[in-house]
Amino acid sequence: MTPIAGEQIRSLVQPGRVHRRVYTDEEIFDLELERIFGSAWIYVGHESQIKLPGDFLATRIGRKPLLLVRDSDGNIQLLHNQCAHRGSMVVASDCGHTSEFRCCYHGWTYHLDGRLKAAPLLHGYPSHFDPKNSDTAMRRVPRVASYRGFVFGSHAKDGPSLEDFLGYMTTSFDDLIDRAPDGDLEVAGGVFKHTYRGNWKLYLENLCDAAHPLFVHQSSIDAAQQQSDDTYSDGSGEIAIRQMRQNGASYSFWEANVGIWTYPNGHSFLGDYHDDAKLVAALNDPVFREYHAAMEAKKGKQQAKKILDTRRWNSNVYPNLSFMSQFQQLRVVHPLTVNQTVVHAYTFRLGGAPTRMFENAISFANIVNGTGSLVLTDDLEIYNRIDLGLLSAGSEWLEIGRGYEGDQPDEHGGWRGKNSTSEIYIRNMFDTWLNYMAVEKPINGGRSSVSSHAAESRP
Amino acid sequence: MTVAEMKPGGTKPASAKVVLGLAECEQFLIQEARLLDDGRFDEWLNLFTADAWYWVPSQPNQENPRDTISLMYDDRRLLETRVRRLASPRIYSQEPRSRTSRMIGNVTIEEAAPDGKACTVRSKFQLLEYRRETQRIFGGTCYHHLIQGEKGIQIAWKRVDLVNCDAPHEGLVVPF
Ligand code: FES
Ligand SMILES: [Fe+2]
Repeated sequence: MTPIAGEQIRSLVQPGRVHRRVYTDEEIFDLELERIFGSAWIYVGHESQIKLPGDFLATRIGRKPLLLVRDSDGNIQLLHNQCAHRGSMVVASDCGHTSEFRCCYHGWTYHLDGRLKAAPLLHGYPSHFDPKNSDTAMRRVPRVASYRGFVFGSHAKDGPSLEDFLGYMTTSFDDLIDRAPDGDLEVAGGVFKHTYRGNWKLYLENLCDAAHPLFVHQSSIDAAQQQSDDTYSDGSGEIAIRQMRQNGASYSFWEANVGIWTYPNGHSFLGDYHDDAKLVAALNDPVFREYHAAMEAKKGKQQAKKILDTRRWNSNVYPNLSFMSQFQQLRVVHPLTVNQTVVHAYTFRLGGAPTRMFENAISFANIVNGTGSLVLTDDLEIYNRIDLGLLSAGSEWLEIGRGYEGDQPDEHGGWRGKNSTSEIYIRNMFDTWLNYMAVEKPINGGRSSVSSHAAESRP
Repeated sequence: MTVAEMKPGGTKPASAKVVLGLAECEQFLIQEARLLDDGRFDEWLNLFTADAWYWVPSQPNQENPRDTISLMYDDRRLLETRVRRLASPRIYSQEPRSRTSRMIGNVTIEEAAPDGKACTVRSKFQLLEYRRETQRIFGGTCYHHLIQGEKGIQIAWKRVDLVNCDAPHEGLVVPF
């Protein structure tokens, strides 16, 4: 197979439009795994999932099965879940606790940090075989780092630090973490796994899309609008009913109130969306009042207000992570094939918050983000329809130009859309996509020289 | 069990019979499955009591719907919203509509109130769902808590344990 030349890849992204091949071409998909998932910082789990030495969690980067481990020194290790002998996957459970890893095929055992501990029949190997060789191990992913408990791995030996990679998006993580009165988060309540027949990129492209809810979610908007408000969010759906109704906000709301911000390396967030009064009955709601009090007790009135007044909706960390701080939801997008994707959706428990806050987050997950929910199921339908639509020989180019002329620089080194309906965040992702893809050797980060931002290309 | 009790519940007015027997329960489950297969969701909703809940756990042996996510967990009010959405002509995840076929079997009464007016019924089911050139198969165990009231048999709660509840799924829209 002759590799696609950088120039050929470059020609697929043009100002305000993108070629449909980026969603359908298997060769491009393989290159994405190699150049994007093979070098960017990819979210692999949260430290609360591996609290104690010996705790491990099965995770992945792209299609590679990995193990996130707390080793005996308390350090975090990210290992390939592969035996150094003849390649068998060593750990078959999703998570657990152990003192060592043992491959069940021929009994090679490994330390928690991946080093080979022992292997039977060592005398039978040729003299040049060295069990002490650091390569004879469950190999480590070259770099692993956390930002305040959120763990990322990178297959690139060098490149920007995790903090540099995240840039201003660290403030979105702060927004999520600081909402815990005690300042700690815990992944809790299980995981939704939903699949769709469509390309992995469609998912993040949809999550900050302010122009779609009014159409795609019409059925749940209508159904929720026929229901009256309850004051008390009892963990059985009040919050989600309000969210469904909010999806029906008019375009004038999206254009006048809500904003979209984008940052280097493909990241973005939708902000200034709705305040708590739209999602719960706010301070009329005893649960929320209790939560407010806990926040004020721990952080002081002023700081609590500052944290709770932040209104970020989905924060997207390119290429495959999206989270929502107001409802403690996090989603990781795993590409399987060019048109088969699986998404894992998690919920966080806010340390020091009333139990009912967590029950509300669970309820929100069930009804809005769940596999059997009233909202997400219509999004999954769209991904599949895009996949089917792209099979046609209609237009070769897809429009991502909405708001193109209104992109403005933002004070934190990013770009802000004219308003939330701008497709600037998709253009930003494709700028980054080109940075990773249109080079023979993968590089990490930085802005593209072929920017699709209008402001930069204007004379 | 008397011969009279063996008769299908539908052959006489429901109120004439005050004790819930296995045959009545089985007939009721079959009738419920029929409403779902026929897409008569409003009528299906009417089978539930005013304070009913409907639950499809996300984990095997899940104990609690409040602290763990569920594929579906609706109180009566949310179930009404779900059903209203199903009736919408703009429910795009049901365009085209799914066609389903349910088989119910192995029905047993697990627990019954002393007066015979309430019981918990366990059953096995298999569900074929066809939509857009793809057929899916679901199977598992259902628990219904049934009560014999003024209006006939009603569902006080229903729990559906899918064999593959924790598998990756495409969207689940039609209730189980
Ligand atoms: S493959 Fe693991 S011990 Fe042989
Ligand atoms: Fe959506």
